[in-house]
Amino acid sequence: MKDRENEGTLPGPAVFTAPHSRRLFLKGMGLAAGATAILPTVAVGQNADAETEEIPGLKILGRGEQKVTLKVNGASRTVAIEPRETLLNVLRTKLGLTGSKEVCDRGTCGCCTVLLDGASIVSCLMLAIDAVGHEVTTIEGVADDPKNAALIDAFCEHDAAQCGYCIPGIVVRSSALLDENPAPTAEEIRQGLSGNICRCGTYTKIFDAVGSVSKGGRT
Amino acid sequence: MKAFDYAIASNESGALAALERGYRPKASGIDLLDLLKERTAAPDSLVSIADIATLKGIREEDGGIAIGALATLEETGAHAGIRKHFHALAEAAAEAATPQIRARATVGGNICQRPRCWYFRSADFNCLKKGGPTCYAVEGENSFHAVFGNGPCHITHPSNIAPALVAFGAEIVTVAPEDGGRTIRAADFFMLPEDGGIMKENVLKKDELVTEIRLPAAVAGQKSGYVELREKQSFDWPLVSCVAAFNGTKWTIVLGHVAPTPWRAKGSESLLGKAAAITPEIAEKAAAASDRGAKPMSQNAWRLKLVRAAVRRALLLADGKEID
Repeated sequence: MKDRENEGTLPGPAVFTAPHSRRLFLKGMGLAAGATAILPTVAVGQNADAETEEIPGLKILGRGEQKVTLKVNGASRTVAIEPRETLLNVLRTKLGLTGSKEVCDRGTCGCCTVLLDGASIVSCLMLAIDAVGHEVTTIEGVADDPKNAALIDAFCEHDAAQCGYCIPGIVVRSSALLDENPAPTAEEIRQGLSGNICRCGTYTKIFDAVGSVSKGGRT
Repeated sequence: MKAFDYAIASNESGALAALERGYRPKASGIDLLDLLKERTAAPDSLVSIADIATLKGIREEDGGIAIGALATLEETGAHAGIRKHFHALAEAAAEAATPQIRARATVGGNICQRPRCWYFRSADFNCLKKGGPTCYAVEGENSFHAVFGNGPCHITHPSNIAPALVAFGAEIVTVAPEDGGRTIRAADFFMLPEDGGIMKENVLKKDELVTEIRLPAAVAGQKSGYVELREKQSFDWPLVSCVAAFNGTKWTIVLGHVAPTPWRAKGSESLLGKAAAITPEIAEKAAAASDRGAKPMSQNAWRLKLVRAAVRRALLLADGKEID
């Protein structure tokens, strides 16, 4: 997904023309802080027990960074992660997929909703390392899927977004809801979206948007 | 969160080997990640049990139903046999949390999750449950704490499905390295603070793993109702829940979210006797007796009104009657 903050070049003095943004600045800060934080943990992860002990039925990974391959939006992505990193964190900061939003980071708001093997889940309450071997689809992948075109158009036509920060998670969840139940009733839509919070409160328009593509209206 | 060593078990013996080495078990990690982020828990090592095939799925066998520890709340709530014979359990599973959480949260994790007490969950309070000197709820904000039980820790048990498991006489099956494991009645699985359940909420040992939950064979005339009262009807933690289950001869009434364990409303049970049919009058009388033995704290007596409403409605629903 294109990083909107980096589109175009700012006019003015040369000093401002370098591609910089709040996001890149924060990323840089994160890398600088991360580099010092990771070194000791790698050493701990490669402890003697982890390297030598063979226990049937148990794969010991340690705690350091390790290269894993995640299948995201149909592509295999190899990335170095620590076991403690959440899927949301890896998607956003290591794979550049910033459509999934971190809001509550406790599984309450639904803004980080992604599909795991087609089922909608909250990526903030899943370790990225647990996603190995599974298929992850983020809002970027959901948006590119032609079957969701009418759903996304409906969100625009119903003016369902105010600030819009919750909308990626709601679109992902709505897509899964329509997969589970192609013709949900108004009550089923409300219950189906009960794991997504919109603090602007545009719920009625969101429910109308999803309702307009139910009953087979989705392309 | 603090870094931890990670291991992935592909079978039960691999998981037990890790537990013997001090690893803590993790299924989907829904509750655990919350605890790790808040630093309420900071284990040195975790073993994922999420890939162990023998812990997955729901099987109907010997007339009963065996729910694998890794079966999700979504699977449990949608299972035809559970919906038919153990309706209150299906409802409790289907109403827990959010669709996104029910898709991954497991029944094993649901019964083993830690309480939601805000003093326990906050790193700023070294409460009894964390080995500290006092229960801060006693002198503090206790609107949502226990209205039954003797303390000294006043949590309410957070599991949505636990009251139904107690009401239906379910058994919890475990494996352990030393004695091979055991079968524990759900009623004996959850532990009151006064019985040693301060630092933990159940009888599991450190190296013991829940493998499945067994529901007994359904009997003729079995029926049940489930009511959950919350501040808002979409995603929220229940203020009070109630399972009313009739097993053909007698009623069992179990309350949730009001005590450190699922809580039998024995006053209601003895009043109901062997009456199979529930009239609004019987439901009202049983509800009035539901708060026998209650010990509300300074701010939470209001929840006893909800207890009475939940018992009345659960009984009427169990008998197929309309509720207001």
